[in-house]
This record gives sequence, C-alpha cells and structure tokens, in this order.
Amino acid sequence: MIDTILTNLAMIIATTLMYSTPLVFTSLGGVISENSGVINIGLEGMMVIGAFIGAALGYFIGNPWLAFIGAGVAGGLFGLLHAFACVTFGANQIVSGIAINFLGPGIALFLSRIFFEGATMTKSISLDNKMPRPLNGIFPEGSLLNIIFDNQYATVYLALIMVFLFWFFLYKTKYGLRLISVGEHPTAADTLGINVMKIRYFAVIMSGVFAGFGGAAMSLAIVSNFRPTLISGHGFIALAAMIFGKWKPQGALLACLLFGGSQGLAVFLGQFDFEISSQLISMLPYVITIVVLIGFVGKSAAPSADGIPYEKEHKN
Amino acid sequence: MGYKNATRSLTKVIEMKNITKKFGDFVALDSVNLDIFKGKVHALLGENGAGKSTLMNILYGLYYSTSGEIFINGEKVNITNPNIAIEHGIGMVHQHFMLIKPFTVAQNIILGREPISKMSVLNMKKALKDVKEISERYGLYVDPNAKIEDISVSMQQRVEILKALYRGAEILILDEPTAVLTPQEIIELIQIIKNLTKEGKSIILISHKLKEIKEAADFCMIIRRGKHIDTVVVSETTEEELASKMVGREVSFVVDKKDKKAGDEIFSIKDLVVKDNRNIITVDKLNLSVKKGEILGLAGIDGNGQTELLEAITGLRKIESGEIKINGNDITNKTPFQIINNKIAHIPEDRQKRGLVLDFDISENTILENYYKKPFSKKGILQYNNINVYANELIDKFDIRPKKASKMARTLSGGNQQKVIVAREITNDPDLLIAAQPTRGLDVGAIEFVHKSLIEQRDNEKAVLLISFELDEVMNVSDRIAVIYEGKIVGIVDAKDAEVEKLGLMMAGGGNK
Repeated sequence: MIDTILTNLAMIIATTLMYSTPLVFTSLGGVISENSGVINIGLEGMMVIGAFIGAALGYFIGNPWLAFIGAGVAGGLFGLLHAFACVTFGANQIVSGIAINFLGPGIALFLSRIFFEGATMTKSISLDNKMPRPLNGIFPEGSLLNIIFDNQYATVYLALIMVFLFWFFLYKTKYGLRLISVGEHPTAADTLGINVMKIRYFAVIMSGVFAGFGGAAMSLAIVSNFRPTLISGHGFIALAAMIFGKWKPQGALLACLLFGGSQGLAVFLGQFDFEISSQLISMLPYVITIVVLIGFVGKSAAPSADGIPYEKEHKN
Repeated sequence: MGYKNATRSLTKVIEMKNITKKFGDFVALDSVNLDIFKGKVHALLGENGAGKSTLMNILYGLYYSTSGEIFINGEKVNITNPNIAIEHGIGMVHQHFMLIKPFTVAQNIILGREPISKMSVLNMKKALKDVKEISERYGLYVDPNAKIEDISVSMQQRVEILKALYRGAEILILDEPTAVLTPQEIIELIQIIKNLTKEGKSIILISHKLKEIKEAADFCMIIRRGKHIDTVVVSETTEEELASKMVGREVSFVVDKKDKKAGDEIFSIKDLVVKDNRNIITVDKLNLSVKKGEILGLAGIDGNGQTELLEAITGLRKIESGEIKINGNDITNKTPFQIINNKIAHIPEDRQKRGLVLDFDISENTILENYYKKPFSKKGILQYNNINVYANELIDKFDIRPKKASKMARTLSGGNQQKVIVAREITNDPDLLIAAQPTRGLDVGAIEFVHKSLIEQRDNEKAVLLISFELDEVMNVSDRIAVIYEGKIVGIVDAKDAEVEKLGLMMAGGGNK
C-alpha cells in the first residue's frame, strides 16, 4: 500500500519536473524583462518560435544543444523586435507583445510549410538526437530515484541552474542592481549615469532568448517535434507564474512547479478510468492559474516603472 | 559692504556665463550669470517657473543650454550628461527624490558606483563600510540596511545628500530641500548645510522660502521670469527686500484681516473615529466645530490624523463611528457627491492627485463638480461654449496664467494650478470651505492670493477650516486655532492669544488638554 503511494508520488514528482521546465525558462525570461521595466506578454509567441526552431534544427542538424541555442537566438531576435518597439520608440508594450504573439506562430507555420513539404508539423527527432538524459540508468530499476530522475532531460537540470544564476545576477552583481533600479525608477538611474536604454535592450533580448529556450525545452525534450498546438498557452502560464512568483526568479520557480505539478497531475489522473472526461482534467492547469492569480496577485508588487516607456526630458 | 567686496577674497569654484535657454519660442533663461564660491551657501531665489531649476538642470547636465559657458575651477567644461557633472564634483539633490524604494539605503548610495569584489559581484561589506564612513564624517546619520520605503522623508533626503558625497561632490545643489520637511527637520537640515560648508563644500540652495534663505545662505541670487535681477549678501538684506525683488512688487507678510465676530455654529464633528489604511485608529473620538464667519485653523505635525480627518469629512474614507453635521444635516458616511451638494468645498492636500485632472484643460477642471448642471450640460451633452465662457470668467477673476482656457492643467505652474482649484471651489459658494495645505510649495505671491481668498470667504459669513503644517500660516490666517495630536483635539485657543511656544508644545503632545 505505502509502496504504491510512494511510487505514485514519485511519478507525480517526475512529471512535475518535466512539465515545469519549459515554464521555468520562459518565466525567467519574464523576470528579467519586467525587472528592467518592460512588460513582455509576447513570451508566448517567443516560446512558439523557439519551439519550432528547436525542433527544425534538431531534425536537420541532429545536435540538440545547437538546436537549443538556435531556439534561444530565434527568441532573442523576437526580443530585439520587442525592445525596438518598446524601448526605442516607446510603443505600448502590451500591443507590441500581442503583435509578437501573432507573429511567432505565424512565422513558425510559414517556415514549417516551407521546410517540411507543406506540413504544419515538423518531422520527429529520433530519440538519440533529443536532449540527453544525464541520469538515465544510474539508479537501480524500480527505485524511487529511478522513477523521478531516470527519464529527465538535461534541460530540467539546466533550468534549475539558471534559476540560481538569475538570482545571483539580479541580487548579487552590480549589473543586477542596475537592472532593478532601471525597472523601479529609470529617471533616478539616469541621473546616476546608468544607461537605461542599453539595460532595457539587454533585458528584453535575454527575455526572448529564455522564452526561446522554454519553447525548445518543449520540442526537443518533452516531445520530439513541433506542431501548432504544442505551446498553446504555456507562455501565458509562465507569465502568470512570474507574477505569482512576485517577479523573482526563485518565486517564479516555485510557481512554475505548482503549474507544472497541476499539469503532471492531469497526466497522472488521465491514466485512470474516471467518470470525468479527460478534457475537464486537462483544464486543471489553466483553472489553477486563474484561481491562484485571483487569490494572490493583489499582494504582489510589480517593479514601479514596469510597463512605462522611459523618455528623457526635452533637453534641447 | 556689497556683494563685490564680500566675494573679493573668495575662491570661485563655478562660473556660469551668459546662460540662455529656450524651449521653442519660450525663453526660460535669458543670459544669466552665476558664480559659486568655495565653502559658501549660495541661494537661488525665484517664483515657481522663474527658471531656477532649469539653470541647475543645465549645470547638472540634464538640459543643454541654448548658449552660454560654464567654468569649473577656472576651466571651461561641456556638461552634456550627469556623469560629466558628477566627475567634476557636482552633486544634485532633486526636489522629487531619486531613490529606489525597495533598495536599502546603502544600495541606493552605491548605485552606479558599486564596490565589487570579482567579476562584477557586489561587495556589500565594503559598501556598508564606505557608507558608514561618510555618514559619520558629515554627521548625516542613516541606517545603511534600512529600506527606503521604511524610512522618513528627512532620512531619505540625507540619503540623497550622502549619494552625492559618496560620488565625491564638492558642490551640492539642493532643489527646494525643505518643501517636504517639518519645521524641526528644517532646523536639522540647516545644521547639516553648515557642517558641509565647514568641510569646504559649496552649496547651491534653490528655494522660495525667505526665512530659510536668511538663516542658511551667504549670498542670494534672485531670478524673475528667466532674468537675473540681483545678487545680494544675505546678511545685508531683509526678507521684505528679497520678496519684492523676487515678485517685482511690494509684498505684505502681514495678513490683512479685520476683526470680526463669528456667527452661529454651522459645522460640527462629534466623537469621530476613523481608521487609516493599516486599519489603525488615527482619528480617535475627535470633536470640533466651526462657526459662520470664522477661520478655524487646525495645527499639528504631519501624521496626527489630519489626512484621515479630512478624508472622512469629504466622504473619501469610511467613518467607524461618530457624527458629522453641516447646517443641521447629517453627512456621516455620505458620498462625496452628496457632501458637495451639502455645500462643503474642499481644497485638497495634493493638488495634482486630488485637486485636478492633470490631462484636462483649465476649462474642464473648473466644472468638475458641476459638469452635469445647466448651462454646462444640456440633455447630457456638454456645452463647451458655455463652459469656456465660465472658465474665462474665472481666469480673469482669479488671475490664472496663462490666460487660456484650453491650457492643460499639467502644464501650469504649481501656483496657477492651485488658483484653478481655489477658483472652482470658492465659486461653488460653499458654506464650509476646507483648505488642506493650501499654500504648500507656493511662492509668496501665490500664498498671498490664497490667504486673501480664505479671508474673503470668512468676511462673507462663510466657515473655513484650514489644515496646515505651517504654524506661521495657521497663526496668521485663523481666528481660532485647534491643535490635533494623535487623532484628538488637545486644545483650542484664540489666534490673538496664541503663542508659538505653547502651540509647539501642544503639537508635540505636551501642555494642557
């Protein structure tokens, strides 16, 4: 009896880790952008393009790491676009983000049709060319550690390392201090000689890079190809996780684990013969998102200058 | 002795020559000269919008001058951004603090010049040591680990000064430093300024408060509408002389007020209890009444329940218990709309937040309370012709400048913004006018105007409740003075019999009940 419970628990933990990973990358992207004062609801679109580029490069090149980096570059280009509109031209950040959310899937589909003989789905990457599984076969068969770690892809561990690196960067380095100051009070930062534009560009591009990683963590690890419905809202859930996590990397991680966990739970429950239709169960992550946001978002505080374009006063 | 003789033996650290600054067609500064001497306090006096801040923003590299030259220690410099100003030893404490609220004091001070160990990793140990060192050296006590959002305004100001000193500032620009301080804190600030000059720092003090200039400054340059009017040795001049040079006409400091007998009680508060945002009782069983034809001044130190009391009367905050009546009508917990219709008008504490819609023009702002009434509105459609006629009447009567009803409220100077509010509220012909901090941040000309308006209300047999942190103002304008302390009225005195020391004691919680 206890064995069964532990085994089931281990399985839920395993699926939680797996499903949280793309969210964690993307959420970190949101953290860095919004801490510099630029809202990025384009995470979804950036994730989609990352997922496509990751899957396509993974298929054609066969090296998952190169594909992963390519996905980051593609996301970063979208980030550059967002920065160009919002930082240089002071455009409305929500509108720019929405545009990117249309652009990402559109371009992904367009390229997919060109490179995969008109198909909207990329061809599957063979298991050997997917992300490696570092702890595969290390733990004895049937042990709890085996259940949890055996099938985890390298992206899972990379995501956890990245959370630590982001935390260290934001709170322990001078550039992190400056980045946060730009998101809180850009005028103050400017009067101290900090280059607001440069920092925001950096942050928004990095945000795209990590959303791209998030997409690739989906298409190169959890599944092995890209299809238009692959991301379906994960970018928005990552955004919600960032808010729920109070704009902090460590908070975002916990929130992503919660959302990933609810997804894992949905998958886990799916194997039983319930009287509840599977569609309802797969709604679980989204319902939890809404409930959590209603319950907690009021108490978390965004960076003061989040969403406000910075314009220098008329100098001339 | 004269300015020329007084400065003959001093070292010139800054020389600004023929500085002109145009914003489009508007000449903000017209060939202004300014000399700053080592170890001296140089005041910059002028009305709101005279060009004081513009001149300093040019010196600090936030604006470019249209023409003119700047010399620092005799060397010509081209200050195109704050970094260059900082390199030349210029530091600026802005009127609106430039602090990152969630950061600690130490983080704010080191921001942009962070001590690091390896690979850009912050060395907070060194930061704390550095901050402690300069804070002790200049007698500017701060808690380096406290977060900005948790410390008082005067402490925040010290952090700003430390920020400049940390960057090696030799010349410190203080932009309206006392606007946000209590009287006690102002005394402390003047002491800090004296300590700094003793250490050889030069101070530029932007202000329109004559008393402070008299107390703190060595020299005073007066600017009016972008033009350099005069530079004087402060010890050889009087406040009256400074004021008339600043405004361009004689200004009376004595509020001109006839003796007058007050009428019947018209407004009363009984056992009022109000809580603040943290759910703490801040107005505690307060009793107060105002009569027709009198100005009741409410004196007290900021944070003793004034804001909550004001919000309770005007319907902006829930009343826990107690009763407020005007003309015998109960207005407890009524909506602001109902309260306005009970003939209570309100000049709010924060004119930009509550007094005006900054992105509306003057004419729209004048009808905020009456927009739905005839002739401003017919069958739900705004009648802009009538609104403009009305607005222009007010502009003429209250001398609002510029004389243009379509001007956005945001673009007006503080004094003119306040005039729009005063015009709107008084023209509503209220039985009770509540004026909260009505002269905060205004220059002498505008202060005179506001005081005159309040007294006119009283002379017309209306009641006025004046809430102010400026004791001088309360004493000069009021007929009776009530002192509030910790949410209670701790004493009421006749203005004629009031003594500063006694009131000060009551405001601090001592004295008779």
